[in-house]
Amino acid sequence: MHNNNRKIADEIIFRSGVNVRKCMKCGKCSGTCPAYDEMEYHPHQFVYMVETGDIEPLMNSKSLYMCLSCFACVERCPRGVEPAKLIEAVRNAQVRQQDKNHMTANDVPAKLDENIPQQAIVSALRKYRK
Amino acid sequence: MQVNEYKPLIVAFCCNWCSYAGADLAGNNRLNYPADVKIIRVPCSCRVNPMFILRAFQRGADGVIICGCHPGDCHYTSGNYYTRRRMALLFSMLDYLGIERERTRLEWVSAAEGAKFAATMNDFVQTVAALGENKRLEDLRCKK
Amino acid sequence: MQRIGVFVCWCGSNIAGTVDVQAVSEALKSEPGVVYSTNYQYMCSQAGQDMIIEAVKEHNLSGIVVCSCSPRMHEATFRKTAAAAGLNPYMVEIANIREQCSWVHKDMLTGTEKAIILGKAAVAKVNLNTPLIPGESPVTKRALVIGGGIAGIQTALDIADAGFPVDIVETKPTIGGKMAQLDKTFPTLDCAACILTPKMVDVAQNDKIRIFSYSEIEEIKGFVGNFDVTIKKKARFVKEEICTGCGACVEKCPMKKIPNEFNLGMDNRRAIYIPFAQAVPKVATIDPSACNMLKNGKCGICSKVCAAGAIDYTQKDEFVNEKYGAIVVATGFNPISMDKFDEYAYNQSKDVITSLEFERLTNAAGPTAGKLLRPSDLEHPHTIVFVQCVGSRCASCAEKGKEYCSKICCMYTAKHAMLVRDKYPDTEVYVFYIDVRTPGKNFDEFYRRAVEEYGVKYIKGMVGKVTPEGNKLKVRASDLIAGKQLNIDADLVVLAAAIEPDKSARPLATMLTASMDTNDFFTEAHPKLRPVESPTAGVFLSGACQGPKDIPETVSQASAAASKVIGLLCKDKLTGNPCIASPNELMCNGCSTCENVCPYGAITYIDKEFMNHDRTKSLRRVAQVNPAVCQGCGACTVACMSGAMDLRGFMNTQICAEVDAICR
Repeated sequence: MHNNNRKIADEIIFRSGVNVRKCMKCGKCSGTCPAYDEMEYHPHQFVYMVETGDIEPLMNSKSLYMCLSCFACVERCPRGVEPAKLIEAVRNAQVRQQDKNHMTANDVPAKLDENIPQQAIVSALRKYRK
Repeated sequence: MQVNEYKPLIVAFCCNWCSYAGADLAGNNRLNYPADVKIIRVPCSCRVNPMFILRAFQRGADGVIICGCHPGDCHYTSGNYYTRRRMALLFSMLDYLGIERERTRLEWVSAAEGAKFAATMNDFVQTVAALGENKRLEDLRCKK
Repeated sequence: MQRIGVFVCWCGSNIAGTVDVQAVSEALKSEPGVVYSTNYQYMCSQAGQDMIIEAVKEHNLSGIVVCSCSPRMHEATFRKTAAAAGLNPYMVEIANIREQCSWVHKDMLTGTEKAIILGKAAVAKVNLNTPLIPGESPVTKRALVIGGGIAGIQTALDIADAGFPVDIVETKPTIGGKMAQLDKTFPTLDCAACILTPKMVDVAQNDKIRIFSYSEIEEIKGFVGNFDVTIKKKARFVKEEICTGCGACVEKCPMKKIPNEFNLGMDNRRAIYIPFAQAVPKVATIDPSACNMLKNGKCGICSKVCAAGAIDYTQKDEFVNEKYGAIVVATGFNPISMDKFDEYAYNQSKDVITSLEFERLTNAAGPTAGKLLRPSDLEHPHTIVFVQCVGSRCASCAEKGKEYCSKICCMYTAKHAMLVRDKYPDTEVYVFYIDVRTPGKNFDEFYRRAVEEYGVKYIKGMVGKVTPEGNKLKVRASDLIAGKQLNIDADLVVLAAAIEPDKSARPLATMLTASMDTNDFFTEAHPKLRPVESPTAGVFLSGACQGPKDIPETVSQASAAASKVIGLLCKDKLTGNPCIASPNELMCNGCSTCENVCPYGAITYIDKEFMNHDRTKSLRRVAQVNPAVCQGCGACTVACMSGAMDLRGFMNTQICAEVDAICR
């Protein structure tokens, strides 16, 4: 089981193109995350847990769908780790494994409010499409 | 000269500041390595002209090894970086000419690494001995 | 043809135990050029050396091969022996048959065989040896220190103390550098001015030291011992010799709204100014971009109020030419620009400041006279957030930050936090850190004191965003240990900005042909063993121009650099290493390849006249090696495409002869 987790983690790292070893655990990604309170696991934890291969809790967490894909963490990370890309890759891995979507694109409009930035709307539609 | 057991002929270029001192240390610690290795002292590994290596193969050397300071530790600050680039090119060219990759080697040996020097030489002699004689570039006119 | 003598050493049983020394000396007798061959128990002993001297005389030898221990051991000994026998010391070669033969091989047969081959290689080399004479060059007994911060000051004082004249060149109107701007210094908390200004006065009063303030380096020519430097003294429109520094002109100057660089723009100065009260030299300077008289010819008040008559609006830049034996680079550092860090709102709010600005804010001579007031409304801040590693350890974007650790921020932030809690115990102080790095004498104790005694709240985590809202700064940050995101309403945010080398360092390095790393810090000759010397001979490094440093480290490096300079200036003549590169001018095509690979900048080019075959003359660009600068690494010899460059003592032909001898 553990080996399988490692395999999924490596796949996620490969797909996202993120080098998790660059992380110096400063927490700036989580310090900047606007969805922090909604998330069970936070951006820096994503990076750390993928690095250690602790994938299962991430895959089963709602945090995957709480990430706004605002890319603030990518923008601010001093080491260029790009946590949002990693979260996206974990989400993809989950969706592919289960062969189903948590939400569909049709569900998105109902959840929008006027405070959501344009970029996040586009990102959400991209996320829940197909 | 007729020899029963095949003995490879190895030329080693060692930089004065690190690897030559490393070879001396191997001696001080009485760490054995085959007598087939003959060391030539150069001030820096970057003094090793590709010509010297070609010359050695032409004269019938079976393997050539260059030892320099570790990257960042060069006595002349950047000499071993030049060596690293030059030898990458030269070795791949020699490979193309039929001098197997295993016959040439670039190794970083510091003045404190007597054990590494001996181990490297043991390993290199073994590798080259397994390949047998170098026939590809040898110029028989040079043999007496 | 050489007349070579071969001397095989037994080294007691060290060599003779595994090598048949008799067979070796016999075998080498028949080598080309060898006219005499013998062996002896201890060649390095007095008797052995006498034997060599006698043999040289008796057999009229021109070269010597000693088959003995490593040349690293006794090459110098036998070279001296050769010199005593009237030979050129560089006609000696050593065949290393102890460390690299008898000690590593157990079998007598193979040992002897190898020793003979090593001997043959040495003989082959000596056959091609030529006498070498080390070059000599004189030393100008005067040192130049570039930069007048604490590093430059300490170096200059130490050199002057040894009796050598020193010149300090400083771009600012006063020496003192960054240290003069600091409030207190860690870990002892003594005030920077109290310990720095006496040193500045020492510099001013030392008759061995000249200060070129408000000056820049225009040109550097020459090499170790013989640098030829042109210094540009920028026009300060005040006669330096006459000005008494009374400040009457400053008081009366009507241009009052010029941002004061010394206080980092947090208050204003006049168009004519003295940077701070203890400035050295204490002389006024007119800022030509602000002065009405210089811009439009209207005003002239300062000239009217100056009792000494020191004002001179017609002053021009002046060029001074001087010779130096050694140059010390002490160009120091600057905090990086915060422009790229939008998330910290540095450009949006006056209350987001850098740590250096904070130093001025708490300094008794600063814009608030030492009262901690926030810049926007001059209110006392109740919540202060310190952010560490702003731009340090930042590998994501080269334009934004620096990949290295700036080293001093952890300590000065602890100091700031401690000072705030000490003076204003009602203030909440947060420090956000990634790691707290406090190696140094009494450093970690200092940081722990800030936490344990002064109650500074250290939070492992990073600030993600600062948003100005009303008169507050909303700070959003992560607390990694609690696993929480924090939202703090702060009154003042202090950013520990990364430090970078001064902008003047890069052009200076080009002038000096001194090497730099990718961050524009000067590289040292050896990172461990020669940390205060540049690879370029005669150029020394002092302080933060070589890497981030705190004051104790800077001062120790400054003194180390001074001792190296003194060591150099003590010599009347520099004797070079004769094993240096030398180009064959007939083969050189002036392509500049060798110049580009030389780590020392020893190679230059000249146009030289050559006689053609038809007796006409033509000019050709050829390489020239400076013997005082070349260290003899040989990088150029391999890079040379026409084969013109060769290394004396390790010539192409010599090494090829060794290869041939080994492969025979």
